[in-house]
Amino acid sequence: MSRATLLRGGRIVDPSQDLDAVADLLIEEGKVAAVGVRVDIGTRDDVDVVDCARLVVSPGFIDVHCHLREPGREDVETIASGARAAAAGGFTAVCAMPNTNPVTDNQAAVGFIVRQATRAGAARVYPIGAISVGQLGEALAEIGEMVGAGAVAVSDDGKPVASAHLMRTALEYARTFGIPVADHCEEPTLAKGGAMNEGVVSARLGLKGIPSEAEEIMAIRDILLARRTGGHVHLCHMSTRGSVELIRWGKERDIAVTAEVCPHHISLTEDEVEGYETNAKMNPPLRTASDVEALQQAVRDGTIDVIATDHAPHHYDEKEREFADAPNGIVGFETALAVNVTWLVARGIIDVPMLVEKMSCAPARVFKLPGGSLRRGALADVTVFDPDAEWVVEPTRFRSKGRNTPYAGKRLRGRVHLTFVDGRVIHRLSE
Amino acid sequence: MPPKQSTVLDARAVDRTLRRMADEIVEFNDGTDDLILVGIQRRGVQLAARLVSNIAERERATVPIGALDITLYRDDLQTVGPRPVVGPTSIPVDIDGRRVVIVDDVLYTGRTVRAALDELADFGRPKRIALAVLIDRGGRELPIQPDVVGKRVECAPGQRVDVLVEELDERDAVILSDREETA
Amino acid sequence: MSAVPTPLGKDLLGLEPLTGEQITLILDTAEPFKEISERAIKKVPTLRGATIVNLFFEASTRTRISFEFAEKRLSADTVNVASSGSSVQKGETLVDTARNLEAMRIDMVVIRHGASGAAQFLAERIESNVINAGDGTHEHPTQGLLDLLTLRDHFGKIAGLKVCIVGDVLHSRVARSNLWGLKKLGAEVGVCGPRSLLPNAIDDLDVVVFEHIEDAIGWADALNILRLQLERMTAGYIPSLREYNRVFGVSRERLDRAERNVLILHPGPMNRGVEIDSDVADGPFSVILDQVTNGVAVRMAVLYLLSGGKPELAEAAKGGGSR
Repeated sequence: MSRATLLRGGRIVDPSQDLDAVADLLIEEGKVAAVGVRVDIGTRDDVDVVDCARLVVSPGFIDVHCHLREPGREDVETIASGARAAAAGGFTAVCAMPNTNPVTDNQAAVGFIVRQATRAGAARVYPIGAISVGQLGEALAEIGEMVGAGAVAVSDDGKPVASAHLMRTALEYARTFGIPVADHCEEPTLAKGGAMNEGVVSARLGLKGIPSEAEEIMAIRDILLARRTGGHVHLCHMSTRGSVELIRWGKERDIAVTAEVCPHHISLTEDEVEGYETNAKMNPPLRTASDVEALQQAVRDGTIDVIATDHAPHHYDEKEREFADAPNGIVGFETALAVNVTWLVARGIIDVPMLVEKMSCAPARVFKLPGGSLRRGALADVTVFDPDAEWVVEPTRFRSKGRNTPYAGKRLRGRVHLTFVDGRVIHRLSE
Repeated sequence: MPPKQSTVLDARAVDRTLRRMADEIVEFNDGTDDLILVGIQRRGVQLAARLVSNIAERERATVPIGALDITLYRDDLQTVGPRPVVGPTSIPVDIDGRRVVIVDDVLYTGRTVRAALDELADFGRPKRIALAVLIDRGGRELPIQPDVVGKRVECAPGQRVDVLVEELDERDAVILSDREETA
Repeated sequence: MSAVPTPLGKDLLGLEPLTGEQITLILDTAEPFKEISERAIKKVPTLRGATIVNLFFEASTRTRISFEFAEKRLSADTVNVASSGSSVQKGETLVDTARNLEAMRIDMVVIRHGASGAAQFLAERIESNVINAGDGTHEHPTQGLLDLLTLRDHFGKIAGLKVCIVGDVLHSRVARSNLWGLKKLGAEVGVCGPRSLLPNAIDDLDVVVFEHIEDAIGWADALNILRLQLERMTAGYIPSLREYNRVFGVSRERLDRAERNVLILHPGPMNRGVEIDSDVADGPFSVILDQVTNGVAVRMAVLYLLSGGKPELAEAAKGGGSR
């Protein structure tokens, strides 16, 4: 157990308690011991005092969607390197998608991830199990066993669940265990061979495009199936205006649908692909300014519940290829806060409390995870960040093994200073 | 301040010189049989046309005329920087066995004529090739000499000789001037 | 051979990045090169000593031969690397293939590749000049240029011309290069084909869209008829070649019904009886063979213009003249 820590004079933002005030926060024995305008520690010498003036102190960020590549591609990321990178991004917990090699579709595989995460000793890692065995879209995986071993959700992410029947049964079956079924919405025949958004840029560059409808068709399918089954569907990385409208439709009817958006989809458009830039290639792709605007508004009005990173590291050599052959995905842990602050908070679309809600409280609530609150007695998973600090993104300084980001060289605002898990510092900003 | 200039030949002098050159070419060739004049782009072409016209007046014979752009045969293409514009080349008759007279405005290093000789070799095998130039300014870098010369001009390295022709420059003249300072 | 910025830059990757002036420069430069191909000795020493590699990852006889003639007529040394016989088959990446060639001190690479953006990818990584001979469905600039030259030869100008591109625009790099080239020189561009073979965003590209081939013929001064690839049928874009020909085929009857004569272009190879009928291809208004002739001249012009001189030698040469 670590020493006690007093975070002094920071702006404590905790939407779970409707708290947004300059105050002190005392961490003791891995829990939040006290929050108050002036927490008195008397003459204790076993307390580390951290001056948090002008910094925000919030419940630790939770990322419900990331790819840690282990087992199978440890050359590109491991659970340990990913957990450290997450910590650097202010994340105290992340949920790891199962499209590893082999696929995480059984209790032994889930247990492996839990053990590796414990050894890493950085951000918490909760495994997400596969929906289908091998993510082949045919037979259901042993969801009950996986949940027993620690899985917090199921998903075939990386791939869509092409069969509506399988999606339906997964929603019904998962209901027993109270976990969400997270779907990567992509109609395979429409999206096949596509490398970027279908539109005027793809027409000019001569690249096959993925139309918005490929996502929207599956989104509404999943929403309707959630209605039929009473199960909880979580829609991954939403990217279009149309999807937002459909989610709103579903929520108006009290259907159990939750949705996530990634920082890149509320900040960048398909124009980033100019020059065949493979670090702007991901799935779903970057779309138009209209889509970006709709997603930003959806974050603000709650249609989008959480912001998740879809952190997807790739090897330099793999991205150093002809555009159509390059793999999809960008890293996201270490730029997420800054992108969200720069494009949402700094532009007045949301305020800091809403940002914390989207990055911490809501993820905890939607995926029923511990954290997301700084109530007295809560786990001391805390993030301390400077919402005003400007910095330039240098991928070579990432803790992640992946360097594939479209934000390289960009000047962003918002920087993590400290990350605590169980009251222990797992990341400290070094210049 | 414009560079110092002097007129070496005015329009009348140019005309006189070209008449004399036309006579010399015919004399040199023992007549106009098998003769063809080939002007080097650009001003050699206009001068060749004048010579052909003069010959026609005197000899009542039409001598065929061709134009040669030697850009692609230059020996300094590697160093000259952005690609020079290539003008038209047209040799309207077969030159095998003919007497070719290359016509150019100024003869200096001789490299242009060398390029012209190479290019003509790709068109055929003339019986003979001669060279007629309006101005010879000396300064040869290759063993090339003119057969018919309009005027020899003493020209220091810091100076330049320009031939102006009415068709392109609105007047006929030969101007000697100091080279402009390049920025 | 490529150290000094030429009017075109280091590479020719497409017509979209060029200005109208640059395109005109290439067309003007192609004129004297046409004459060279009429000579008995079809060779000039201009690129003597230059090494040019034709890096063709997609099979193509006519484009490769055309480039080869262009290179040899400029006295360059050429090497052909075809994907079926090279290290690429063994899984060597595009970058490594190029770097290996560059290490052998080649001056220029002419590349044809199945992936859009491949030419730019290569150009960004090697010092040699890179000429795009067709990258995926992106651009085929020398084809666009020779089409423009052919049009200019016939009409005397490009500005104000009405040119309709007919066929599978969606998958055609020739269509894109033509589109940019024509627009930059002031022509009006139309497209005509089944909607399933036109990019969805075509209405945003400032072209006139014709649903019916008869309307396109009535409007255009010239038609550029694209080859229909047989795979489109199996991929579900059109029902059959027979139907394509009946609905969109350019036939003698359709052309005769137009008020004036329309010039016919086709990049080749032709599917006679599919997108174009034989009597049209061989008819009096077809300039398809002129396109082929112009192709060599245009490619010679491009090679000539890209091979600039070295600045340090230009400095040294400043004192002497060339006469």
